[in-house]
Amino acid sequence: MPVLSVRDLVVEFPNRRGVARAVDGVSFEIDPGEVLGLVGESGAGKSLTGAAIVGLLPPPGRIAGGAILLDGERIDALPPHRMRAIRGRRIGMIFQDPLTALNPLFTVGQQLIETMRAHLPLSHRQARERAIAWLAEVGIAAPSMRVDAYPNAFSGGMRQRVAIALALCAEPRLVIADEPTTALDVSIQAQIVALLRRLARERGTAILLITHDMGVIAETADRVAVMYAGRIVEIGSTRAVIDSPSHPYADGLMASIPSLDRPVDRLRQIDGAMPRLDAIPAGCAFHPRCPSAFDRCRVERPELRDVGPTRSACWLGQGHG
Amino acid sequence: MRDWLDSDAVHGFRTSPIAVLSCLLLWLLIGGAVLAPWIAPQNPFDLGRVSLMDSSQPPMSPAADGDRTYFLGTDQQGRDMLSAILYGLRVSLLVGGLAVAFAVVVGVTIGLVSGYVGGFVDLVLMRIADVQLTFPAVLTALLVDGSIRAALPRSVHDSLQLHVVVFSIGISLWPSLARTVRGSTMVERGKDYVLAARVIGVPSWRVALTHVLPNVVGPVMVIATLGLGMAILAEATLSFLGVGLPASRPSLGTLIKYGGDYLYSGSWWMAAFPGLALMLLVLAINLLGDWLRDALTPGLR
Amino acid sequence: MPVLLVVGFIAFALSDFVGDPVLLYLGQDQTQEQREALIRQLGRDRPIFVRYADYVWGVLHGDFGISYAAREPVGQLLMQYLPATLELAGIASALAVAVGVPMGVYTAIHRNTLLSRVFMIGSLIGVSLPTFMLGMLLILVFSVWLGWLPSFGRETVLSPVLPAVTLAMFQMTMIMRLVRAEMLEILRAEYIRFARARGLSDRAIHFSHALKNTLVPVMTIIALQFGGIVAFSLVTETVFEWPGLGRLLVKSVASADGPVMSAYLLLTALLFVTINLVVDLLYFAIDPRLRLPRGGA
Repeated sequence: MPVLSVRDLVVEFPNRRGVARAVDGVSFEIDPGEVLGLVGESGAGKSLTGAAIVGLLPPPGRIAGGAILLDGERIDALPPHRMRAIRGRRIGMIFQDPLTALNPLFTVGQQLIETMRAHLPLSHRQARERAIAWLAEVGIAAPSMRVDAYPNAFSGGMRQRVAIALALCAEPRLVIADEPTTALDVSIQAQIVALLRRLARERGTAILLITHDMGVIAETADRVAVMYAGRIVEIGSTRAVIDSPSHPYADGLMASIPSLDRPVDRLRQIDGAMPRLDAIPAGCAFHPRCPSAFDRCRVERPELRDVGPTRSACWLGQGHG
Repeated sequence: MRDWLDSDAVHGFRTSPIAVLSCLLLWLLIGGAVLAPWIAPQNPFDLGRVSLMDSSQPPMSPAADGDRTYFLGTDQQGRDMLSAILYGLRVSLLVGGLAVAFAVVVGVTIGLVSGYVGGFVDLVLMRIADVQLTFPAVLTALLVDGSIRAALPRSVHDSLQLHVVVFSIGISLWPSLARTVRGSTMVERGKDYVLAARVIGVPSWRVALTHVLPNVVGPVMVIATLGLGMAILAEATLSFLGVGLPASRPSLGTLIKYGGDYLYSGSWWMAAFPGLALMLLVLAINLLGDWLRDALTPGLR
Repeated sequence: MPVLLVVGFIAFALSDFVGDPVLLYLGQDQTQEQREALIRQLGRDRPIFVRYADYVWGVLHGDFGISYAAREPVGQLLMQYLPATLELAGIASALAVAVGVPMGVYTAIHRNTLLSRVFMIGSLIGVSLPTFMLGMLLILVFSVWLGWLPSFGRETVLSPVLPAVTLAMFQMTMIMRLVRAEMLEILRAEYIRFARARGLSDRAIHFSHALKNTLVPVMTIIALQFGGIVAFSLVTETVFEWPGLGRLLVKSVASADGPVMSAYLLLTALLFVTINLVVDLLYFAIDPRLRLPRGGA
């Protein structure tokens, strides 16, 4: 059974002029120990998908349709106190900016201890020992001393390690990592990714890795889902999506990854910009930017279907009408 | 987008009925004060019209000679409270208005000089403003009043009391004005058009007046409005403490003070109605000031 | 420190120029010769700088001169009135913090409930209601009509209740508004989102994580507003005939008693500077960012 199963998720933001659909019918599954990468430009709806799963949509956002199942149990309509028991305990979360994610006025030990004690039956002393062990686990030197340090005594990379410990310390089944490397120096990004990947593999924890960075996906993810304007346009194994993308948007995205073994003179770019939520075109949302768009794309919206090694939402290869 | 919804439109919609109401209330009170000699049922200072037979009557009681009703009661000397309040409003508004006008003149001038000249002058002036700011208006006014009281003989002092009170209150209000104007002046001074004006030989004081002043009108109006509320309260407080205006020209604060002496005998209306008038006046001014601040100076907090 | 210097000079001026010491010693019937002799004897014919130095020297040794009205050393007078003021200010501040902080937290978390609106409107009235009127209102209701609480003096255990509530009101509404504004700001912070994502309880998030972060700005403003408390204590002590420093000052102003006025001014400035120092020290206790140079491992 998959750890997480998202079915036809719809996230809406009501405003004065009506309702903006930020996530529109997204479905995917993640198995134990698996890393699913969710990629797309900013505003594609990938972070909101993650926020919807942990029940932390910014108001007035709401889940307007679909289902979210964690270990087969529906969690998308739970009352707040039951959702709180799931957050941290069964779903861990890592945010983009490690500088602002830790409360500056509490030691890292205090923050680890309170998280563990909120979910696990531990005494203060036991929790403290575990906190030290976790700091060691995420690669913090001299953890028994650093446990009493405040976040400002840590560098950005070190803080993200602490954030990873905080997300994993109650041993969740699933970790949602929302742009975990974006705010870090390039030299540190690889370390953080490797750390996350190792810890998840050792514990059988599933990871939803949300990022706009295809390089990180290529290194880390087992499978990848490409989002555009609130929908998944292509999903499949990382190798297949990178090597032979079938959706023109995914193709454009992959062509923007610099590669060491395929020397290229210049990287391709996709012209135009993603539409605003209140102005999503009819038919395929990508058609105004698509080099291969034809009449059907402007009228009818394509659904995901099997196309060889991946599933893609595109009329290309479906027969021209 | 959501921020915009949160702030301007919704906020403006929410606060403007309050602004309209407070504006109406304020005009009503100011109108009552200005027209007091014509609309007040009685001239409370005309002893011939005041009858001791009518002293300490509760609200809605008829006059002894039966030709009218004291809606808000009378004081211990038989004065009609409603009339006394209308005349008291006059005094309170007069003192408050003069104090603010004084503070605006001093504050804007010092702000312009400080911001335009800069350097040592700026440093000294702003230090003084800092020190002044840490002392509350009432304390400053008390000390200034006390010093002047000591310096002048009693008879001179009494006839100058209005000026003394206006000065004492005004002097405590100038620093916030001076600071705002100084800030704007310094920003404007650095701009290219001011430099250009100086290059072509326009005198710098004219540059300051024509270009800086229009930019500070908004903030100055906001601070002056809120300052009017503070000034009226400060005057009332000084009068209450017994160092305000002489009893021959009772402001709302004086009325409250003397009414308070009769609180224990149960004559609550002598303090309560002037108090209510004062509160409504200050509340209306503060609400209007808050609204002005939101409307005119989105950046100012 | 510039505050103390400037205030020190103003205080000297008050003490030196306000009031007539000759009147104090000689009464109304004085001859010109007696007067001049006394002025020499008191050293008041010396240059102003010498007198200033003399004054500062005296103040540093606890000598504030002699009150013209009470004919007592001002130092003694202050000591006599100080305890009542400290008692009142202490109770009022404790009350303001104990009530204002929870109200601020509540109105920040439950922004649109009826109770929040009541609190917010109440605070607006609290700011617009002059202190002396609040005091009189309380006297009218609780002393005159209900007869529950004493309305003046400092004789019984219940005596401080009404003055303390009066004095606390402004501070309380101010603290409430400040805590609310800061809480609203901080509840949007990323670490609050992360704390929620870690599954912490609302109580832990609001009262531990968020509230602690509001403390530094709130303390700053409270310290800055100390002057306001001084002003309100003047009024409160007058309304309730509370035998404190504020009453002493009001009486001194009415009788143009320069030395007492200047001593009060100095004491206030000293308190102000001390409070700011204490707040600075508290910052270090609360905020580790100030303790360490930035950066680190």
